[in-house]
Amino acid sequence: MIGWMDTIVQGVLLGGLYALFALGQSLIFGVMRLTNVAHGDFIILAAFAAFTFAGPLNIGPLGAFVFLLPLAVVFGYAMQRLVLNGTLGKDPLPSLVVTFGLSIVIQNVLQEIFSADPRSIPAGELTTASVRIVEGIAVGTLPLAIFVIALLAAALLQWVFARTSVGRVFRATSDDRETAELMGLDARVVYAAATALAFALIALAGLLQGMRTTVAPTDGPALLLYAFEAVVIGGLGSFWGTFSGGIILGVTQAIGFRLDPGWGIWLGHVMFLVVLLVRPNGLFPKTR
Amino acid sequence: MTGAVLLGTHGLDARYGDFQALFGIDLEVCEGEVIAVIGANGAGKSTLLKTISGLLQAPREVVRFAGETIGGLRPGELARRGIALVPEGRRLFPSLSVEENLLMGMQSGRRGPWNLAAVYGLFPMLRDKRAHPATLLSGGQQQMVAIGRALMANPRLLMCDEISLGLAPIVVKEIYDALPAIIADGLTMIVVEQDLGLARLVSDRLYCLQEGRVTLTGPSAGVTREDISRAYFGARAETAP
Repeated sequence: MIGWMDTIVQGVLLGGLYALFALGQSLIFGVMRLTNVAHGDFIILAAFAAFTFAGPLNIGPLGAFVFLLPLAVVFGYAMQRLVLNGTLGKDPLPSLVVTFGLSIVIQNVLQEIFSADPRSIPAGELTTASVRIVEGIAVGTLPLAIFVIALLAAALLQWVFARTSVGRVFRATSDDRETAELMGLDARVVYAAATALAFALIALAGLLQGMRTTVAPTDGPALLLYAFEAVVIGGLGSFWGTFSGGIILGVTQAIGFRLDPGWGIWLGHVMFLVVLLVRPNGLFPKTR
Repeated sequence: MTGAVLLGTHGLDARYGDFQALFGIDLEVCEGEVIAVIGANGAGKSTLLKTISGLLQAPREVVRFAGETIGGLRPGELARRGIALVPEGRRLFPSLSVEENLLMGMQSGRRGPWNLAAVYGLFPMLRDKRAHPATLLSGGQQQMVAIGRALMANPRLLMCDEISLGLAPIVVKEIYDALPAIIADGLTMIVVEQDLGLARLVSDRLYCLQEGRVTLTGPSAGVTREDISRAYFGARAETAP
């Protein structure tokens, strides 16, 4: 019994990381209906950037993040303005093809520079520290911290979208780009701002993924898959839905791993397919 | 009452791909004037408003606004310069509440007499519905939100595309009753309207479009119904048995 509880708890914490992967994806898709196929690769890119800053400068993960965050935000803004805005339109294909191409480019550039070796961002004692919740269940401090960060990120995004003028602009532009421009906005700038915000999440996800486990240049597509599954399971249009989707995916995988070490990822995919069949709009879609 | 020319188009053409919708439109609107644009379905009325508001492309020099050439500028830029459009079909933001829709008008960044309190003063029933999702309101109330949203931009030129479309006559009257208050501060307006009587009543001058060309223009009080029906249906109607 305690063993199963432990599995669920570990699954929830793993799900927090998946939720963090998915929030950026959900944000970009929500505002501009763009599926960023390179989302996972950008997370890996961020992890390698953090690794590059943290090592030689000897500033630790937090110090690396101080450098990484502004860089990622500027990078996201510029990429939307210079590349992705040109791919948007009624046809979803150009954006899919371009981000798919970016995915390949990022993987190969990272392999060229860093080789295919997996690496990890040194996090010191945080890597091994743990907290005992009840007798028989201990959780790692880092996974717990990641879960809390994901929870805060989802809450913050939901608040920004529901309560602030920036969120109002995002929702209006998502509803009707043309009419939003009639109000005095430039949709290209609104989209770039949304992508910049998504890249702040990507930077965070990359750093934490690199601290929690190892990253290799070709890990991106797997992360994209988890992010995508979390978004679809949760349902589009709500960040709490995306967060829940991540948790459900994490718990399902943890249960799978417990049943058989080879089943974890597979059971996650099964869950995704079941939700897609039974509730194609996801479990918690926001209805308009 | 009227001042210098605020908006002018000079030989304005517009096309959707191979289809040409407007042919050499010359239109002038003076400061403080209310202009009605009338014409049958497909005459090019909405196309004209879309071009002026930047939703359709035009060469820079064919549209002049407040002394500057503005043709083909982006709609956002034109909104910031003071051109507001109440689009055909209202086009409210479905995921925004009534009040949030109104606040979107402030994205123009322009200051002036219009704010939330002024719009609620103009259409008091919107105040009670402020927290409702905008698209759950009745058609007439949605049209009030669309007009209020455009006014919140504090425009110099307000263009209204078929405000009365699909609304009950009593609701149309209610909305048009608000017009004197809207133009009290000297706002310039272009009104596209299907109801001819209404169009003549509210406007100083009118333009009639037929198949993308101006077929009649003059003071609204001066043109007769016969003039209008000839301009509406063209020479063919005149010679028809």
